[in-house]
Amino acid sequence: MAGEKGKAYLLAGGTDLLVRMRGDFIDPDLIVDIKRIPGIQEIRKTASGFSIGAGVPCAMLGRDKALASAWPGVVEAAQLIGSDQIQGRCTMVGNLCNASPAADSVPALVAAKAKAVVVGPGGRRRVPVEDVVTGPGRTSLKKGDIVVAIELQKRPPKSGDAYLRFTPRTEMDIAVCSAGVSLTLGAGNVVKQARVALGAVAPTVVLVPKAARALVGTRLEDDALMKLAAACEAACSPIADKRGTVEFRTEVAGVMARRAAVMAYDRARGKR
Amino acid sequence: MANDSKFTNQKFKLVGTRVMRPDGVDKVTGRARYGADASAPGQLVGAILRSPHAHATIRKIDTQKAEKLKGVKAVITSADLPDFTGGEGELYNVLENCMARGRALYDGHAVAAVAAVDAETARRALKLIKVDYKVLPHVTDVDLAIKPGAPVVQPGVKTKDKKAAPTNVANVTTYGHGDVEAGFGKADVIIEKSYKTEQVHQGYIEPHACLASVGPDGHGELWVTTQGPFAYRNWCATLLGMEMSQLKVTSSEIGGGFGGKTHVWIEPIALALSRKANRPVKLVMSREEVFRASGPTSPTSIDVRLGATRDGRIVAADAAMRYGNGAFPGIWGEVGAMAAWACYDIENVRSVGYEVLLNRPKVAAYRAPSAPMAAFAVESTVTLMAEALGMDPVEFRLKNAAREGTRASYGPTYGPIGIVPTLEAVKKHPHMRARLGKNQGRGVACGFWFNFGGQTCADLIIDVDGTVGLSVGTVDVGGARASLSLIAAEELGIPYEEVRCNIADTASLGHNDMTDGSRGTFSSGMATIFAARDAIEQLRVRAAKAWGIDVKNVSWKDGKAIAKGKRKSLTLKEIAEASPNTGGPISGHSQVVADGAGVSFASHICDVEVDPETGGTKVVRYTVVQDAGKAVHPDYVEGQFQGGAAQGIGWALNEEYVYGKDGRLQNPGFLDYRIPVCSDLPFIDTQILEIPNPNHPYGIRGVGETSIVPPLAAIANAVSDAAGVRMTHVPMSPPRVLAAIKASRAEKAPTG
Ligand SMILES: Cc1cc2nc3c(=O)[nH]c(=O)nc-3n(C[C@H](O)[C@H](O)[C@H](O)COP(=O)(O)OP(=O)(O)OC[C@H]3O[C@@H](n4cnc5c(N)ncnc54)[C@H](O)[C@@H]3O)c2cc1C
Repeated sequence: MAGEKGKAYLLAGGTDLLVRMRGDFIDPDLIVDIKRIPGIQEIRKTASGFSIGAGVPCAMLGRDKALASAWPGVVEAAQLIGSDQIQGRCTMVGNLCNASPAADSVPALVAAKAKAVVVGPGGRRRVPVEDVVTGPGRTSLKKGDIVVAIELQKRPPKSGDAYLRFTPRTEMDIAVCSAGVSLTLGAGNVVKQARVALGAVAPTVVLVPKAARALVGTRLEDDALMKLAAACEAACSPIADKRGTVEFRTEVAGVMARRAAVMAYDRARGKR
Repeated sequence: MANDSKFTNQKFKLVGTRVMRPDGVDKVTGRARYGADASAPGQLVGAILRSPHAHATIRKIDTQKAEKLKGVKAVITSADLPDFTGGEGELYNVLENCMARGRALYDGHAVAAVAAVDAETARRALKLIKVDYKVLPHVTDVDLAIKPGAPVVQPGVKTKDKKAAPTNVANVTTYGHGDVEAGFGKADVIIEKSYKTEQVHQGYIEPHACLASVGPDGHGELWVTTQGPFAYRNWCATLLGMEMSQLKVTSSEIGGGFGGKTHVWIEPIALALSRKANRPVKLVMSREEVFRASGPTSPTSIDVRLGATRDGRIVAADAAMRYGNGAFPGIWGEVGAMAAWACYDIENVRSVGYEVLLNRPKVAAYRAPSAPMAAFAVESTVTLMAEALGMDPVEFRLKNAAREGTRASYGPTYGPIGIVPTLEAVKKHPHMRARLGKNQGRGVACGFWFNFGGQTCADLIIDVDGTVGLSVGTVDVGGARASLSLIAAEELGIPYEEVRCNIADTASLGHNDMTDGSRGTFSSGMATIFAARDAIEQLRVRAAKAWGIDVKNVSWKDGKAIAKGKRKSLTLKEIAEASPNTGGPISGHSQVVADGAGVSFASHICDVEVDPETGGTKVVRYTVVQDAGKAVHPDYVEGQFQGGAAQGIGWALNEEYVYGKDGRLQNPGFLDYRIPVCSDLPFIDTQILEIPNPNHPYGIRGVGETSIVPPLAAIANAVSDAAGVRMTHVPMSPPRVLAAIKASRAEKAPTG
């Protein structure tokens, strides 16, 4: 990869890359398939949490019981991608590195404080997921860098996460706006820690600390949810396009965040 | 008896049963050959260069570099398609639409084409063609196009007064009767409302595709996905300056057409490329090309005025209907105006259709073309009127529905028709009594379609083993082979399995009009009956000969010739086996203009749930009640009902052509042009009514199109009920519904 003079691309599931080639958007000189790298298709439970190999197809995530019960929001987000056929190939790393603002797994990963493990000419490093994507179609990865895994932390007790997207169709659609929320509760089911991330409402997925603060110290009373929604709306800077107007995306992002927060809260309380 | 189309009211043995379709195995195993599935030795790949501009003058096209590229065998522009049409009229429009002649009229308009040894070379050759455009102002919105000062799409088009300045209104047509203004004078309640619908595409899964071959002797062949091989043959031959008999067109299996394959787009280009390259050329549209450059249906803007007396009688109705035609004049506003008020018996009624030109693709038929938008406007207003009068919407419709003897708003007087029976069935349907949940609403709407008959021809051959081959010239778009085989078997009195129905090419059968207007089973069914009766004549003659008696004394019953008075009979099989020695092959033939296609009516019920925070709509229950005349194969009739409703649901909720400010189509793909997926649809319940068409031996009416007419209105009525605000713009996409909910809340909120 590092040595190629022309345009070099990594291939994970190929559900973005091959489509973009067919559509005449890119014309690669070199394609390197990562799926045969030993261990790249494995989900490992580690001392600090989970390490999900870059080649793990999304369909496999839900089959890992421990992962699905620790991070139901991340798994659901990844499993919203495409259809059964797409699920058999697509990966979270491909979803991340394709750098679409509407990528479904990314807000959930950002809310989960996930890290990307990057190996490249400069060695091995851990990058917060929110720092990987720098703009539509652009990443902070350097020439020769490969994301080899996504790391998710171990969950403290009474934690829960959720991801919701809005699409006009029930499936085979692309998020008009979306929200990922991860919560940890303390005594009396009061929110102790929170992270809120929004998708498809800005050039990259946005982490909204103010929205998280609206939840901390509350039991998600109506007032807290209204503040959450308002903070989310304020964090939106979407474009108006064929998929939705600025007003629509902004308002519905707040709605998605509210609903995802309630889901994450119920999960943290052990209510499914 | 032979060519008598009068309804016979006979008892059926086979017609009405749900037999297996003969083309099913091939279609589910992938053996069936569609438009892109044919190949020929030495075949080239064709590709088309399209205008990136909505409106432009083409100053120059430089094809030299492309011609020099290795592997390129032909490059054509409009210069390779000389005008044989006389320079005006619909055929000229078709020619200019197939390949721009000095001006590009919409984003996607074909400008040049190449044929090369492979797809990659063809693609590279397109990039080497240099087109010098002078970009002109464009217009893509129906309402903006008719404003003074709007960019003119066709300078040659003038409304009525030939001396007047050119406009974008290519034609104005008026239908109706009575004195509309006097009628409104008698009304206690008058409702006026304006509606808008966006442009939608038929969304067939199979893109346009063909394999064309023209030899140096001037004779040609075309394998193509089409609803009308004969019409394609006639158009292509004329546009290329060929004799019709020199061009053989074979229709492939068809992966959906819905009207979009009743018009030529790439076919004349493929033939012209083949003629120039002297090699067969395969040309297949990409999905993007299908959206940008085939024939979607009209975007519309419609004003409706309805007047009724307090007792619930409509006394006056008026509609002004502006239909976008794309860049070339058509008849879409006129058809909309004809269909608008057809469900009702109204003393004073008028509808005016406007044909509006736009820098969009040339509009083609889409399943009951123009009627769904008209029904959306009319049926929404009818429900508003029922609400205003405090009447049940079904009762209000029943009170004003057309009946046998009613003079239709578009002219004719109705025979026996199905609008009242469908409404009565709706009234009794359990769906109407089902309880609605939170945020749910219910809507009802009616729909009408004319149906068509037309020129039809069929051949029926009796093989020596006693089995039967039926050849028809209408295309099997939805189970026609099964239905027509049932009809042939019924008429001959033999088992269904002994008939094989074949779709003939243009060299093997007389002219058949296109498979449109819901005519397939109606007209080919009639031709099949007549061909079978013709064959029976001969079978009787052969039997009479065998017995040495007068043919008058031989009758035909249950697949057998029976001699009058004597206990003698000969089966079809026995007569067939003997045929080489009794006069040779036995076959039946028929050719008819199948008149009297019975009009068709439907009433639909729809329940939706609207999310008040996102504007998202889910259809939770849907019921179609429609008159089929006679359902020859009930499964396929139900399939047509469900398919029309499914397409209507997509149209009502999400499908829409989105044009940017630059006049370019923003969503030419199935990701952002959202037809429903399975999980977007509920099970669509159906109820078939059978009110026989007096003009068909079996009572058949067309069933294919009416089912798409009521959905826009039924869903609009349901969404409006659920959301608490009247929706007047289709598609009712989430942003539109949410904006409407918020606007109505703002309006209702106390100010100050
Ligand atoms: C029909 C269809 C439906 C879809 N629906 C959705 C949807 O609902 N939601 C959604 O978010 N997306 C959707 N997608 C897009 C796509 O499926 C997802 O983005 C998917 O997660 C991409 O993963 P992949 O493994 O296939 O990526 P690939 O196509 O293999 O790669 C994507 C990009 O990432 C780069 N890359 C791959 N691996 C690495 C690596 N290890 N390190 C660095 N860079 C790498 C590639 O070079 C490429 O640029 C859909 C796609 C299709 C075709």
